[in-house]
Amino acid sequence: MVTLTINGLPVSVEDGTTLLEAARFLGFPIPTLCHMEGLSPYGACRLCVVEVGEGPKARLVSSCTYPAQDGLKVRTASARVLRARKMILELLLASCPQSKIIQDLASAHQITRQRFRQEHEDCILCGLCVRMCNEQMMAGAIGFRGRGETRSIGTPFDIKSEQCRLCGGCIYVCPACQLRCTYTEPDKAICGGCANLSPPCVEKDQFDDMMCYMNPCVACEIVKD
Amino acid sequence: MQKLTSIEDFHALRARLQADQNRHIPTIVISAGTCGQASGANDLIRAAKRELLARGLTDRIHLRITGCHGFCEAEPSILIEPRGTFYPKVGPAEMVGIIEAVARGEVVESLLFVDPHTGAPVEKQSDVPFFKKQVRTILSRNEKIDPIRVYDYIENDGYVALARVLTQGDPHQVIEEVKVSGLRGRGGAGFPTGLKWELLSKQRNGTGKYLVCNGDEGDPGAYMDRSVLEGNPHSIIEGMLIGGFATGANKGVFYVRNEYPLAIKHLTIALRQCRELGLLGERILGTDFSFDIQLVRGAGAFVCGEETALIRSIEGKMGEPRQRPPFPIERGIHGKPTAINNVETWANIPVILQEGGARFAKVGTKRNTGTKIFSLVGKIKHTGLVEVPMGITIEEIVNDIGGGPVGRARIKAVQTGGPSGGCIPAKRFDLPIDYDSLTEAGSIMGSGGMIVMDENTCMVDVAKYFMNFLKGESCGKCFSCRKGTQRMYELLEDISVGKGTLEHLSLLEELALVVKDTSMCGLGQTAANPVLSTLHYFRDEYLEHVKNKRCPGGACKELVTYWINESCVGCGVCSKQCPQEAISGGPKERHVIDHAKCIKCGNCRTVCRYEAVQVV
Repeated sequence: MVTLTINGLPVSVEDGTTLLEAARFLGFPIPTLCHMEGLSPYGACRLCVVEVGEGPKARLVSSCTYPAQDGLKVRTASARVLRARKMILELLLASCPQSKIIQDLASAHQITRQRFRQEHEDCILCGLCVRMCNEQMMAGAIGFRGRGETRSIGTPFDIKSEQCRLCGGCIYVCPACQLRCTYTEPDKAICGGCANLSPPCVEKDQFDDMMCYMNPCVACEIVKD
Repeated sequence: MQKLTSIEDFHALRARLQADQNRHIPTIVISAGTCGQASGANDLIRAAKRELLARGLTDRIHLRITGCHGFCEAEPSILIEPRGTFYPKVGPAEMVGIIEAVARGEVVESLLFVDPHTGAPVEKQSDVPFFKKQVRTILSRNEKIDPIRVYDYIENDGYVALARVLTQGDPHQVIEEVKVSGLRGRGGAGFPTGLKWELLSKQRNGTGKYLVCNGDEGDPGAYMDRSVLEGNPHSIIEGMLIGGFATGANKGVFYVRNEYPLAIKHLTIALRQCRELGLLGERILGTDFSFDIQLVRGAGAFVCGEETALIRSIEGKMGEPRQRPPFPIERGIHGKPTAINNVETWANIPVILQEGGARFAKVGTKRNTGTKIFSLVGKIKHTGLVEVPMGITIEEIVNDIGGGPVGRARIKAVQTGGPSGGCIPAKRFDLPIDYDSLTEAGSIMGSGGMIVMDENTCMVDVAKYFMNFLKGESCGKCFSCRKGTQRMYELLEDISVGKGTLEHLSLLEELALVVKDTSMCGLGQTAANPVLSTLHYFRDEYLEHVKNKRCPGGACKELVTYWINESCVGCGVCSKQCPQEAISGGPKERHVIDHAKCIKCGNCRTVCRYEAVQVV
């Protein structure tokens, strides 16, 4: 067991607990996009940063990856943390304005404008789908490619993976919904289940059996009932 | 090569080699590192060999092909031992004359280095101003050794420190010696090496520990590690063997970027020779100590210089940093305790064990001991690798060793530490170079890149250049680093094309601080340094771009216009060089630039001998 202080409150947690788990145990809210129980922590979105240490040695670390240590003093909502979180949300909003989750988070943090050039990307490269595919579905069909500004998620050489079982787990966990069903372009469809049928709007009854999490259907916005 | 089965064997071999050696026979030393070969050292080697054979001088004059000597600007250069004569920029045709002179024991006056300040020729290498102020503990050994001959290294007291350490047989004493020396990691962060080793030696993990030599040198304009890897690979192997003995590690890894083919070649040869000699592998020199080194080639990602990314790369995974703790010293390669040191740190180890830690600590300042190699490049007369004691001022490096500015433009700043470093303005050139002072000034020591900039350099452009590098080389894991560097580049781009506003500046600063604060690894945490340090020291230049839409350095094309002033004599050189045919004017008439056609390439300014082309 290790004992640490979060926002002035002492808490004892088991070895190997992350700061995020410890803070949530005490009820302190920390926003995250790339964290999910059951998947290994990754630390990509940086929204969960908290301040650790004191004085000139105080620094920000991502709470989802940082292990709780004895005597550690953690602040989950200091001015420095909030300033950083707001800037990251502003960056997120500038890149993926359509994402509902990002819009909600931005609004919860009183972000009323974003000052960067507007982009219309979908993926924030949080890596949830990659970990889902790897760790829960044991497929490893998709992964990260490239680095820096050319980093992307996909299958090797963009060839439809033989490892992919069309489970749709990647679509299910995506917080920004990049991996939406691209039914209209069957070649690029991650799942491609409905593309093998006639258009869903025509054969609505067959569409019902699909393991599709997109509701309503992206192609023609049919709501499954 | 016969395998050495005991320490006595080794000493006998060394004694035999040193007895055979005749230091009085003149030797032509050709600097043939990658830089030397690029400027024609291979032709020199061929010419020298042919000439020596043709004249039957092979017994009277020796030839030694070595790694880089450091004076890149003078490459391909040769050194004549034992006299110490230094010939810069030698061509194959001049080689004949030099060999004749060496055979007669003379010097070719006309080929000697000319001091740019006094105009007098300088014969001895040690008197050349570039070398004079240096303390070349590591680099001077490059001249003595042919990197593909292990006997050359042993002849020059190589592996003596290892033999001594193995004879004494006390790992604690080795660590103590390194601690006394005060050696700090030369990779940039300056962590005390002795302390790192002590931590590793205390790790209880029975199944093996790793030592890594980080040779993933990726900073633009920095090549210190390359010259040591190419020029003296055995010194690094010896350093790692000593480290292995001291810490109880038995596996070593060389991580060298694949962009250094010569270094990889020399290392591969050196490792093979060491195995044949029994200096690597099981029961080294007949003792109980076993250690082996494997060579891993980096695939070209800058971020793999970061230690956790480097470990993943060695494991064959994607080079991507992870959260520390746990630190590599606890869980590194394949979960085993791992200590990672920079090439230069390893190269310092044999020196420390040979001279003693206390003597090593006498060089430099109290908390920053020993020497450090910098690659001095940019708008300066003498570029090259300089090895200086810690605590020397920037002024001394730039003006005394580097010889000051190239043209008439004054030196404005020095950029240290590569893309993660910062710019230090000329008014702070009295700053001593050590880990702490540079950090305090808003830059970092880094691995030792030092780029000199003059008044024709635009600081916005410099920050933009580094940001462009970083946005491509960030691994992309942390959103703040990946998107932050892209957005900083975007803002700098706006400023440099005249679209900047005061809001741009405040947003840039705000964003830079957040990127610095929230990123996971060293790359992201320092990625904002080029922006923050230029904003701190050169805010007036930014304001000039933003408020008056002018670029004082003349580098931001959108903000400058080229004019030809009254100094023009009408020679017509510029109009011939202009790719757009934008310059008109008759002979002996003042020429005129057609601004509608001009693409601001700067060719006219470069070729004009009368400084008649102005940038406004």
